[in-house]
Amino acid sequence: MEHTVVDIQNAVVSFREDIALRGASLKVKDGEFVGIVGPNGAGKTTLLTTVNGMGKLVSGRVWVLGHYLTPGNGHALRKKVGYVAQIQNIDPRMPVIVRDVVMMGRYGILGLLKRPGKTDWKIVDEVLELVGMTHLAQRPIGHLSGGEQQRVAVARCLAQEPEIFLLDEPTASLDWKAQVDILQLVKLVHNSRRLTTLFVTHDLSALPIACNRVVLMKQGLIWGEGTPEKMLTDANLSQVYNIPVDEVKKRRGENILV
Amino acid sequence: MLEQTLGLSIFGYQFMQNAILTALLGGIACSVIGVFVVLLHMPFIGVCMSHAAFAGALLGVWLGFEPLIGAFALSLITAAIIGPLADRGELNPETSVGIIFSLMLGIAFLIMGLMPTSQSAAWDLLWGSILTNTREDIIFLAIVATLIIGLVIIFYKEITVTIFNRNIALSVGIPATFILYGILFLTGATITTTIRPIGGLLIFSLILNPAAAAYQLTYSMKQMFLLSAVFGVLSGWVGLLVSYLFNIPSGATIVVTSSIVFGLAVLFSPKKKVKSWQAQPLPESKHG
Repeated sequence: MEHTVVDIQNAVVSFREDIALRGASLKVKDGEFVGIVGPNGAGKTTLLTTVNGMGKLVSGRVWVLGHYLTPGNGHALRKKVGYVAQIQNIDPRMPVIVRDVVMMGRYGILGLLKRPGKTDWKIVDEVLELVGMTHLAQRPIGHLSGGEQQRVAVARCLAQEPEIFLLDEPTASLDWKAQVDILQLVKLVHNSRRLTTLFVTHDLSALPIACNRVVLMKQGLIWGEGTPEKMLTDANLSQVYNIPVDEVKKRRGENILV
Repeated sequence: MLEQTLGLSIFGYQFMQNAILTALLGGIACSVIGVFVVLLHMPFIGVCMSHAAFAGALLGVWLGFEPLIGAFALSLITAAIIGPLADRGELNPETSVGIIFSLMLGIAFLIMGLMPTSQSAAWDLLWGSILTNTREDIIFLAIVATLIIGLVIIFYKEITVTIFNRNIALSVGIPATFILYGILFLTGATITTTIRPIGGLLIFSLILNPAAAAYQLTYSMKQMFLLSAVFGVLSGWVGLLVSYLFNIPSGATIVVTSSIVFGLAVLFSPKKKVKSWQAQPLPESKHG
């Protein structure tokens, strides 16, 4: 039976000195794939950080996987929530190899004083295989291309064995091929593990078709939600992105990736 | 024959024995935290801490309590506020270090201006020497070194992921803010406690050079810690031996030795070499 894993009620969340989320409510059921779409600055990332307890909740209620979020209790929750952000700037000489980065995903759930054991390394090698990065396992992380680094980030999240998978514009600043690869990987992960997935993007072409619900956001509010067919109409997008319908049509005709 | 004479005579003096032990323990302590200093990009934390110690010692002389206690107190407080100050002001730790450094310098000069008497007690504290240590100093250093190694081993996972990327550390459920403040405090506290037995000049090079040399040679953080410690101790011992043989100042010799170790590491760094199989030109592409 599908049960609710995320229940956000009227959340007001601050980001620095601004209110980035001005009263958003969202329920997510186990195994869903929710796409969160909207222009830059709409509060999409803030909505995601609300789910993993990194956002600063000013008012409202956030319930995730049985936890009510209060400031400071996020660590326990974050062990169960995987998070892939945009490409991070990594010092090319950082003395860390790919396999170690993936293992870092397990550092939280391992807990204090515990060292990675055989089972942990087995899991790491399995997810590296799944994302197709086994051949680069011994490479320094800073030497990888953007697309490869994002694959490693996905592997790191999977090594964490999370119950919720958050992706924040994982394909931003990647080339077309790398974008397609990451989107297919995300789809594969969702399909094979039935992992509840929240996928944030401002770029419609980067929204995987695995997505079975779309949340449109604008100016810190949830503008609307429903099936992709119902939500992603030219008229809706024109309003959310604040550009004429013709422009939306033109842009949508140009690029569909997956 | 030569080695034997050398070996015998250098170990014959109590102060030399102490210096050799100091180089071992101080070398390990400083070069391990040097890895933090290099990877978190804050080389001037050493200067900052020594001036905090200096200001604290002057405060002690001025107000009539033990200068050493003043030095410890002020520099431990300094070590504790680097992290929170950086976060509060949304600065990188190095900027926070710079601000605190200038404040400490200001406090030190202020007290010197207000204090008519001699400040030599404070200066001695800041510019100690590796050759004047007692057995108590050695025991103290041993405790500090053991504590640092112990903490790094116990919190190895948490420390490495936080150094690698604080946001990733947070997102996998590590209390990364607490860990980062801990790392900064440990770094500051180590410098504070080793500055007198090792000497102010020497400590900067023992923090930076071995870790920066290790950074040239490896892509494994574990190896970086180990290599750094080895380079630190080696620089100390070779420097001591050379200074003994040629009767030249030991601290300065160790500084130069560790710089040479760093220079060699840069020169022979595999990170600068193109892999042989990649150096071949690709066969001509078939397009057009």
